[in-house]
Amino acid sequence: MSEKRTGAQVMCEALIRNGVEVMFGIPGGAIMPFYHAMWEYRDKLRHVLCRHEQGAGHAAEGYARATGRLGVCIGTSGPGATNLVTPIADAMMDSVPLLAITGQVASHVLGKDAFQETDITGITMPITKHNYLVKRAEDLPYVFEEAIYIATTGRPGPVLIDVTKDAQQATIVPNWNIKLDLPGYKPNYRPNLKQVREAIKLILSAKKPLIIAGHGIIMSGAVEELRAFAERTRIPVITTLHGIGSFPEDHPLSIGMPGMHGWVHVNRAIQECDVLFNIGGRFDDRVTGKASTFAPNAKVIHVDIDPSEIGKNVKVTVPIVADARLALQAFLDELPPDREALAELHSHASDWMEHIREMQAKHQPKQQYINRANTENMSLPPHDVYAALSKALNSRGNYRVVTDVGQHQMWAAQLIDWYRPRTHITSGGAGTMGFAVPAALGVAIACPNETVWVICGDGGFQMTNQEMATIVQEGIKNIKIAVINNGYLGMVRQWQELFENKRYSGTPLSGPDFAKLAEAYYWKGITVEHTSQVEAAIEEAYETDGPVLIDFRVEREANVFPMVPQNKSISEMILESPHKS
Amino acid sequence: MKKHTIVALVQDRPGVLSRVVGLIRRRGFNIESLAVGHSETPGVSRMTIVVEWEDVEQVVKQLYRLIEVLKVSDVTHDPIVEREMALMKLHAPPAKRPEIVALTEVFDAKIVDVGANTMVIEMTGSPAKVQNFIDVIRPYGIKEMMRTGRIAMVRGARGHTAEEFVESANGHAERVPAMN
Ligand SMILES: Cc1ncc(C[n+]2csc(CCOP(=O)(O)OP(=O)(O)O)c2C)c(N)n1
Ligand SMILES: [Mg+2]
Repeated sequence: MSEKRTGAQVMCEALIRNGVEVMFGIPGGAIMPFYHAMWEYRDKLRHVLCRHEQGAGHAAEGYARATGRLGVCIGTSGPGATNLVTPIADAMMDSVPLLAITGQVASHVLGKDAFQETDITGITMPITKHNYLVKRAEDLPYVFEEAIYIATTGRPGPVLIDVTKDAQQATIVPNWNIKLDLPGYKPNYRPNLKQVREAIKLILSAKKPLIIAGHGIIMSGAVEELRAFAERTRIPVITTLHGIGSFPEDHPLSIGMPGMHGWVHVNRAIQECDVLFNIGGRFDDRVTGKASTFAPNAKVIHVDIDPSEIGKNVKVTVPIVADARLALQAFLDELPPDREALAELHSHASDWMEHIREMQAKHQPKQQYINRANTENMSLPPHDVYAALSKALNSRGNYRVVTDVGQHQMWAAQLIDWYRPRTHITSGGAGTMGFAVPAALGVAIACPNETVWVICGDGGFQMTNQEMATIVQEGIKNIKIAVINNGYLGMVRQWQELFENKRYSGTPLSGPDFAKLAEAYYWKGITVEHTSQVEAAIEEAYETDGPVLIDFRVEREANVFPMVPQNKSISEMILESPHKS
Repeated sequence: MKKHTIVALVQDRPGVLSRVVGLIRRRGFNIESLAVGHSETPGVSRMTIVVEWEDVEQVVKQLYRLIEVLKVSDVTHDPIVEREMALMKLHAPPAKRPEIVALTEVFDAKIVDVGANTMVIEMTGSPAKVQNFIDVIRPYGIKEMMRTGRIAMVRGARGHTAEEFVESANGHAERVPAMN
């Protein structure tokens, strides 16, 4: 128990004590003692050597997003640490429990511009939930315990620990008798019942109620509670980009995604509803459009574990600071037990749902976008790829999908049918291009028995595809990449087409032959140019025992519709391009 | 925009001042003054921040996100005692001194140093009174001035104390595991 340890050994043991099994990183001078030590613990602590610290960070995020567990990434001081900045910011925006461990120059040269010194705690202060600079080995057990506690509780988020090289090297007798001293950090999990009753009163009196299911449903594991609550009240359910999978899309109460690329009937329903019950969503501006015009007739009930989210963007009638699952359990307990008391709500909700379905039928059956009217002569409409992928995924089951950022991401959200939590993994808040390939590495390690599909653009793919080598080195076979290759930074091009009269400034994009690139990485590479080849290619990807990349050379100027222009009301949706192709 | 006086109690850990300031800087607000020092409880500091902004409630909530922040209040509309101290080095040739001494007496200020051609005056009072004194004394020639920034305390029994937080710190909040 009281044996001597180096600081670096203490770091490893602290991680193991907290249930960490995998870490993603790249070594360097200031973190070498930690790498030296982790070799002894390699049976319990798997280290995955990435090709770029950004990749390590996203891989750790992917691991965390797929499981809800802590993701761990490592970088050395200076550039190693600064390369972690993007994934840390990404994790902050999407509330991902991430621990970043960085080496730092020795404490006696701190602040003297030593080789590879950067003030990473200063740099990451606004993009971490908390961070630490550790200069003494004695502090390591406490700091690791507290950091992991903070990263994984309340509203999860990234925490960074910067450890000086001398603290890693020093020999100490660690004190594992830890009592956290966090008087200012007490996440409130249990809802205030008075507020819950208030909210139920509002819901029972509603004629046009709506539920928005956000990321919090998935993070708190409230999927069953959400379903039970929706079914008992019969209120239609909207799922945000990060709420995708929290409610099955074939459920009669599911109406789809809201916001900038949400469905018309969903946005209209929001504008018409009288009670809006948002559970675990943060009213992001991609959901609300111009916030002052959002849901003008609605009384809003907002459940969020982070009090600073409540009232930030949208005025709230009943605020509830709580864990989404515990809140929904309280709602279920507090609903009147007899059906009589709910009869009026049920009758209103059913009329309301009928109205929403009418709008849906009129404005945009999903099929309209798949069987496009004006894209007949395109060689490969991206929609065909998604239709085939959705079919393949859902007929085979057992999948995770990781999307990057751009048009392909929005099509994936719109055109694939989603049923289960944590199957749709994407960079939502930060919108980080280059997220998908490395994140999939983490997802594949977390879910070795599932097929992990990456859907990414040719732009984002070219930012971080070097992790394909990591995937091979780690012997990972369950990753398939679909590059939706349109030869453009497509989402930016779409804005230029719609709002800047097609001035394609800085958006046309060339690339290597992606299938050949895949082959160079010892992957199987397939190129698809016509709709007729899509299904066979996906089939081949499944049949191949190893990682596969499919380069889908899609129609270059297809657009994502519907679309709410930035800063406009969600009532103003564009359904087609003003330019005839 | 309106000036707000915010009082915050924070755990005295490295970086806490940076974090608080960073949260305000992020919005591009200018901090008019900031005073930090030990509170009545060991390990806990109290700060008074004066800043011009509209959306105070949101910023107060975001300050609570910081792990070391124990309590934050916007006391702008509360009954408060506010104090500030200024030290001024004046150009004070012997001929001017009687006038300056008379003024310091009127304002209840103190002369804390006298040099060959200079005087250092210490002025403590409400921010308005301190400003008033500065305006009056400025024509004599202020060579150097240093102000502490204001500190504020709510009057009467109603408090803003750290004890309740530190006392209840034994045993941290429950950890509710995710289900899937
Ligand atoms: C790191 C980063 N840089 C720039 C952007 C801005 N951006 C958003 S979408 C997009 C285009 C993405 O192009 P591509 O990856 O080819 O996907 P597509 O939209 O064509 O499907 C760009 C440049 C971003 N989100 N992230
Ligand atoms: Mg593209």
